[in-house]
Amino acid sequence: MSEIKFSEDHEWILIEDGIGTVGITDYAQEQLGDVVFVELPEAGKTLAKGDEAAVVESVKAASELYAPVSGEVTEANDALAEDPAQVNSDPLGGGWFFKIEIAEPSELDGLMDEAAYKAYVEGLG
Amino acid sequence: MTGEDAELQQTPLHDLHVALGGKMVAFAGYAMPVNYRDGIIKEHRHTRARAGLFDVSHMGQVRLHGAAAAEAMESLVPVDVTGLAANHQRYALFTSRTGGILDDLMITNAGDHLFLVVNAACKDQDFALLHDGLAGRCEVEELPGRALLAIQGPGASAALAALAPEAAALVFMTAARLDIDGADCFVTRSGYTGEDGFEISVPADRAEALARRLLEQDGVAPAGLGARDTLRLEAGLCLYGNDIDAGTTPVEASLVWALSKARRAEGARPGGFPGDEVILRQLAEGVARRRVGLRPEGRAPVREGAELIDEAERVVGKVTSGLFGPTVGGPVAMGYVETAHAKPGTALRALVRGRPQPLEVVRLPFVQQRYYRG
Repeated sequence: MSEIKFSEDHEWILIEDGIGTVGITDYAQEQLGDVVFVELPEAGKTLAKGDEAAVVESVKAASELYAPVSGEVTEANDALAEDPAQVNSDPLGGGWFFKIEIAEPSELDGLMDEAAYKAYVEGLG
Repeated sequence: MTGEDAELQQTPLHDLHVALGGKMVAFAGYAMPVNYRDGIIKEHRHTRARAGLFDVSHMGQVRLHGAAAAEAMESLVPVDVTGLAANHQRYALFTSRTGGILDDLMITNAGDHLFLVVNAACKDQDFALLHDGLAGRCEVEELPGRALLAIQGPGASAALAALAPEAAALVFMTAARLDIDGADCFVTRSGYTGEDGFEISVPADRAEALARRLLEQDGVAPAGLGARDTLRLEAGLCLYGNDIDAGTTPVEASLVWALSKARRAEGARPGGFPGDEVILRQLAEGVARRRVGLRPEGRAPVREGAELIDEAERVVGKVTSGLFGPTVGGPVAMGYVETAHAKPGTALRALVRGRPQPLEVVRLPFVQQRYYRG
């Protein structure tokens, strides 16, 4: 069973067997423009929900990615070091940022499902 | 549209930007396209390879009329204006009494008048400066009814020549008044990308038609402010408000080349511009800090505001512009460093999110300028 949830900060988290894979949404990559560098958390790092987890740099600006849930980072997407443009070309696939072992599954309840996120983005105009 | 956007001014090309998928952002009080559908990197590369069309209508255009205009203008800039030949253009700086830079601008001798282009963000200040500083000596005519297009890149000349063949005969930093599809245009062979190209002053009501005609030409694609910024930084050119401002002097800014010989201590008309004592003294004695190019190692861009430290971890400078250079294929920056550290090859470190990132002081530009000199 897998499930995908979204945050108001335009992150997605795909949940499979207690592990969440985190990235930014198509809307977010569109807003950022060409991604040229991503700084990822190291495996083993413990994050609390809302902590700054990664930095994503476009040509002109740097933005933070916040942990959508609490937990320990199990893996980072090292392929982004060589090819950060995957965040633009495949934000929900090859452009994933890191995996996290979800410490508090109840935190997922505060996130949006796909339909709710779609409505949220449309509401942003 | 949010309330904030509603207050922004629009250029005559606004509808075209929207039609072309421009991502509109606030810049100097105007709604301007930061990029179109292709994005900054593609627009940048296209400009270097073919030709990019930029809307720079937010910039201020002014005509100075009267026999004494050039002489009067020399009281505001450390530049030889009276010696500027007809149909020639020169880069200039408005200086302050303390030698700071109030704005950078282009001055063209259009024959029967001087034509100026100033930065959008400094427009009101500059217009006031011109009206006050030149009062009684020449007539200052602001040109809100004219748009300004820039076509830049190796394909710019052929594209513009298809509409106005005379344009191809111009060389870098020269000008001509040209009829383009019946529009009375003033064209200079110049720009701010490091590439060959033109800036075209056109009546506002003819601007969209001209832009559409240029976009129809082979190899011409729209490019936004984002690409303009990456192109100018790779070309080593200053962005007013970032790399130069009222707190930096032309000598500190490594813009000594812009200080005309005629206006220097040994020149025909030494001084006589605001801040002349400070600037001429700095020319003779040197300065404590200078603007330099900076090439960070690795892939992470080093942004404006990042502090620069030496081996002893002492702060010796600050980054004023930094981004990813698409042609360089990596991060590029410029900033001010203490003169002892300004030599090309000097190794420094920038503090990026609290961590030191190695970078090297390098000679500007990052990408060779390719102006057409005939």
